[in-house]
Amino acid sequence: MGLVSAASPVEVEPTLTPDEITFLAKPWVTLVWDDPVNLMSYVAYVFQKYFKYDKAKAEKLMLEVHTEGRTVVSTGTREEMERDVQAMHEYGLWATMEKAS
Amino acid sequence: MSGFERHRKSGKVIATFSGFEADLLRSLASQMVELLRNERAEPATPAADPFEALMAEFSGATTIPEDPVLARLFPTAYPDDEEAASDFRRFTEGGLRDGKAAAAGMLIDSLEDGGLPHELTEDGLVIDVELTHDEAETWMRAFTDIRIALATRLGVEAGDEDYWHSLPDDDPRAQAHDIYEWVGYLQETVIEALTS
Repeated sequence: MGLVSAASPVEVEPTLTPDEITFLAKPWVTLVWDDPVNLMSYVAYVFQKYFKYDKAKAEKLMLEVHTEGRTVVSTGTREEMERDVQAMHEYGLWATMEKAS
Repeated sequence: MSGFERHRKSGKVIATFSGFEADLLRSLASQMVELLRNERAEPATPAADPFEALMAEFSGATTIPEDPVLARLFPTAYPDDEEAASDFRRFTEGGLRDGKAAAAGMLIDSLEDGGLPHELTEDGLVIDVELTHDEAETWMRAFTDIRIALATRLGVEAGDEDYWHSLPDDDPRAQAHDIYEWVGYLQETVIEALTS
């Protein structure tokens, strides 16, 4: 993305907090489901490698998958989540996507 | 059998296999390639709708593969939206199959570059494998696919280790499960080498 020299025509609603803006713009989630095969170290490795999460976050998500059966690993637009699901399948993880609830 | 480690000077991820071990890994990877290419990325039963059949032929599968291993490797992305799931599959499954077959093929190439002959005949052969970081990650993905295939065929479930270890040693399923655990061990050592 290049630098924008002219004023942006898009005005952000001034009453929204940054979190609300992010939430509104990212209505889809990628879920990773537990399976009896993939090693815990491998799942955490994939989360660090692909999502660039730090070790602590990757391990927290991996443990959520393991103990709760599934967890949200990323949030974004539908196109972004399709890319993430495809990448998880490339790594052999069982991933699905759905609209954020 | 000591698995993988990181070579201090070169930074390469290295392992030494016996000829038997290397031949076994090659066999598993070859079976993976065959499986990925065998059941083509199209419905196993011809689609009732001729248009749908044509679409499958030209642009990839739209329905979940019948083989349970392939169904696990290529899961349904949208569990509650059949149409979106079909589209996703059409646009991704072919590429995913090619990527997984390429990873298994790369594993075979590394073993043969390390000295594994096409036909293993001599005893006492030692195969040295030296992998860059990226190559080691490709092996790691290939190990995952192989383990998923073995586990799906065997019906492995969480916490069932005692069952497998209770089978007699000469039970072919016990032997297959030993191979599954061995590949898991190798994968664990690759991950340790990559993160050390």
